[in-house]
Amino acid sequence: MTMTHTASGALESFPALLERNARMFGTKPAYREKEYGIWQSWTWAETAAEIESLALGLINLGVAQGDHIAIIGRNRPYLYWSMVAAQAVGAIPVPLYQDANAEEMAYVLDHCGARFVIAGDQEQVDKVIEIQENLHQFEHMIYLDPKGMRKYDHTRLHQYSHIQEQGHAARDELTPELERRRSILNYDSTCVMLYTSGTTGKPKGVVLSNQNMIETAKNSAEFDHLKAGDQVLAYLPMAWVGDFIFSIGQAYWTGFCVNCPESPETMMTDLREIGPSYYFAPPRIFETQLTQTMIRMEDAGPTKKKIFDHFMAHARKVGPAILDGKSVSAMDRLKYALGEFMVYGPLKNMLGFGRVRVGYTAGEAIGPEIFDFYRSLGINLKQLYGQTEASVFITQQPDGEVRSDTVGVPSPGVEVRIAENGEVFYRSPGTFVEYYKNPESTRDTKDAEGWVATGDAGFFEPSTGHLRIIDRAKDVGQMADGSLFAPKYVENKLKFFPNILEAVVFGADRDRCTAFINIDLTAVGNWAERNNIAYASYQELAGHPQVLATIQSHVEEVNRSVAQDEMLSGCQIHRFLVLHKELDADDGELTRTRKVRRKIIAEKFADLVGALYDGSPSIYTETEVTYEDGRKGQIRATLELRDAAVVPVAPQRVAAE
Amino acid sequence: MMDASAGYVTEDGRQIGGVLMEMKNITLRFGGVVAIKDISFDIREGEIRAIIGPNGAGKSSMLNIISGFYTPSEGAVWYKGAPRPPMRPYEVARMGVARTFQNIALFEGMTVLDNVMTGRLTKMNAGIASQALWWGKARAEEVANREKVEEIIDFLEIQSIRKTPVGRLPYGLKKRVELARALAAEPSILLLDEPMAGMNVEEKEDMSRFILDVNDEFGTTIALIEHDMGVVMDLSDRVVVMDYGKKIGDGTPDEVRNNQDVIDAYLGVQH
Repeated sequence: MTMTHTASGALESFPALLERNARMFGTKPAYREKEYGIWQSWTWAETAAEIESLALGLINLGVAQGDHIAIIGRNRPYLYWSMVAAQAVGAIPVPLYQDANAEEMAYVLDHCGARFVIAGDQEQVDKVIEIQENLHQFEHMIYLDPKGMRKYDHTRLHQYSHIQEQGHAARDELTPELERRRSILNYDSTCVMLYTSGTTGKPKGVVLSNQNMIETAKNSAEFDHLKAGDQVLAYLPMAWVGDFIFSIGQAYWTGFCVNCPESPETMMTDLREIGPSYYFAPPRIFETQLTQTMIRMEDAGPTKKKIFDHFMAHARKVGPAILDGKSVSAMDRLKYALGEFMVYGPLKNMLGFGRVRVGYTAGEAIGPEIFDFYRSLGINLKQLYGQTEASVFITQQPDGEVRSDTVGVPSPGVEVRIAENGEVFYRSPGTFVEYYKNPESTRDTKDAEGWVATGDAGFFEPSTGHLRIIDRAKDVGQMADGSLFAPKYVENKLKFFPNILEAVVFGADRDRCTAFINIDLTAVGNWAERNNIAYASYQELAGHPQVLATIQSHVEEVNRSVAQDEMLSGCQIHRFLVLHKELDADDGELTRTRKVRRKIIAEKFADLVGALYDGSPSIYTETEVTYEDGRKGQIRATLELRDAAVVPVAPQRVAAE
Repeated sequence: MMDASAGYVTEDGRQIGGVLMEMKNITLRFGGVVAIKDISFDIREGEIRAIIGPNGAGKSSMLNIISGFYTPSEGAVWYKGAPRPPMRPYEVARMGVARTFQNIALFEGMTVLDNVMTGRLTKMNAGIASQALWWGKARAEEVANREKVEEIIDFLEIQSIRKTPVGRLPYGLKKRVELARALAAEPSILLLDEPMAGMNVEEKEDMSRFILDVNDEFGTTIALIEHDMGVVMDLSDRVVVMDYGKKIGDGTPDEVRNNQDVIDAYLGVQH
């Protein structure tokens, strides 16, 4: 279906797209939600009617143009309708993270000055009631699920369906006003405001226009040939920009159907029942599913296990090549077809990936084994790189050019440039308008020509033109000889080994890199059990010679892999030790979201870092630890330091120098 | 404190109705053992009524009398303004009294959904042939009942275990399934025999919330036995205290907490 017939101006807002979809795909499903054990569905025509009633109801309630309406709750069709209804009446939807606590919510509601809140259930309503004293602009709250709120004071509280009924009842009177407000929406109108979950400082409200969202949705939908009839499962937070692009942007542009799970706990079952054709998940979810599959296969009978292993080995060999359309011998293809029938097909069906045509993962680095596992099954899993300020897409991988260590080529319409210090900049139709009420941050992030700094360091591979992200720009440094030092890049490679839980790489301004390793007690403990190795504690297991030998082999494998990278070959690890304690947020070594605090660790374990560089074979150390109840204790240990083989390379200079 | 017929208003502002069920001078004997001795109290419409007491006080026997499992040796149970003749438990169930058990009594091999569906048995009238063929009336009935059951599943947030056999569930969830089955009968009075026994704090909090929600949402009158005093005092509107088969206290949680007999029964008293 081509959109060439539409004159510019006709489809410059989501209410306009909705009107078109109701006309063109009137009887096709637009939304489904599992409720009471059955998939309830709404066609585009029904959706348009629901949104119309709600929009009228909002006008009736006193929503003015330019008001902010906060939307809080899990993914439900009603809340998606709320966003478009808010747009239709000239208000700005502000979806919030439903797991935000009352305090975080208070900041955002106050910052955007929301006069209205649409909440999913009692839990969210309670949070807003708790903080409403301090919200001077807050006036009315609309809730979806009345459970538990029968006895609440309803002077400022309204049930969603009642608002719709009231709007519908007043339609003769209010429709002209709705028409008027809808007709003035254009590409410059604000589409949505999304708060970035700032790891540092307060969250910032990213203002995105209709142009940002619709152009991005159009470009990305064409890139992957999305069309009406595609199915997605909407389960990621509504406050996240990706969900807005997938579940509203692309859905309204192409007219595909958005399916909402019954509850977060039933997501996997619902995924299987829907069998989406377009799917997004962070690496964590793919990892969990793979682990579960492998554990279940361990418990399977020997014959089944043999068949599984045999065909999976074949899939790993030829699966990705077949998916990429490369030449594969007829014999291998035949065997792959047999495997599809015996193993891959049923497995994909179990995982809910039976119909996935396009799958994406993003957010953090995905382990190559995990990525290859899904691709070898014939699932077209790809990576993209993006951020809220770009309306998601900066780069993405085209079909047939997919690798686990790149994030693809610039998305259609996006220009990308690498600054001298390695930082990635982009400019695109999706580039955000501004940070709400924060011109200073806007200026810092977006320059006069529209280039936006991502804060990530990366480079384009000369041979393929694909972008590779190596680290946060502020973490990237130089070694003594001037070669590039990207600790997180190496740490991620180490952490892809199941035996390694955490790694901290040192080397800034030094002549070579060294590392602290934390073993994964579950994985290594499991191995010890199977090999009859007795141990009493993490410390004892971490110091076991066989464990050290295993870790050494992992480190050396990483070195070989790092050495293949011209720019990063200086980051090979020359010496390492396995720490005598697990890095812990209680001791301040990790953040609460389990990110390594490099500086604090380097200070705290200065003696160990020193030993890594002075060549001593072992070191005695004492470390203070904090127990969960707040008591302090001491751990004493003598650690063995090991040298790891490195691949010799000529020292590389950073191109910029 | 309260008018016998008109009901009262609770601390949190809920309107409690008139007397729904009344125990009048109930005595229960097993041979020479007197389990319950001359106890009278009432349960009002919309109320959460707790029965507490030390071990062996006769609480479960009392609940069994209400549910019709035991017939009192003396005295009578008045229900909706009339004395209730001796009945089989299923007849009592049909009159709108549902219960959960101290030791979970679910069908372990059946799914959660099927277990909750059994709670609807009293509402099904189709003949055995029709049911076996799943045709005609049986089919229409099952669809209608399934709808009600799904509402309860939604209410108690057990969608994710709908198709899981009960035997595979942890204890806390089994208790919730039992509550679901009792609710499926759409009772006027819900009897809960130690709904929190063996639960951890989080499970207790969940269960308390569900009990309050059931009372609030469906207006169900609830009579419960419970050992966790914190839970009882927080949840219930009025409390009956039993000891050695006798009633030693009756009133709001505050009144009961300050009742000397009750303190003695719980903490022991020097003789």
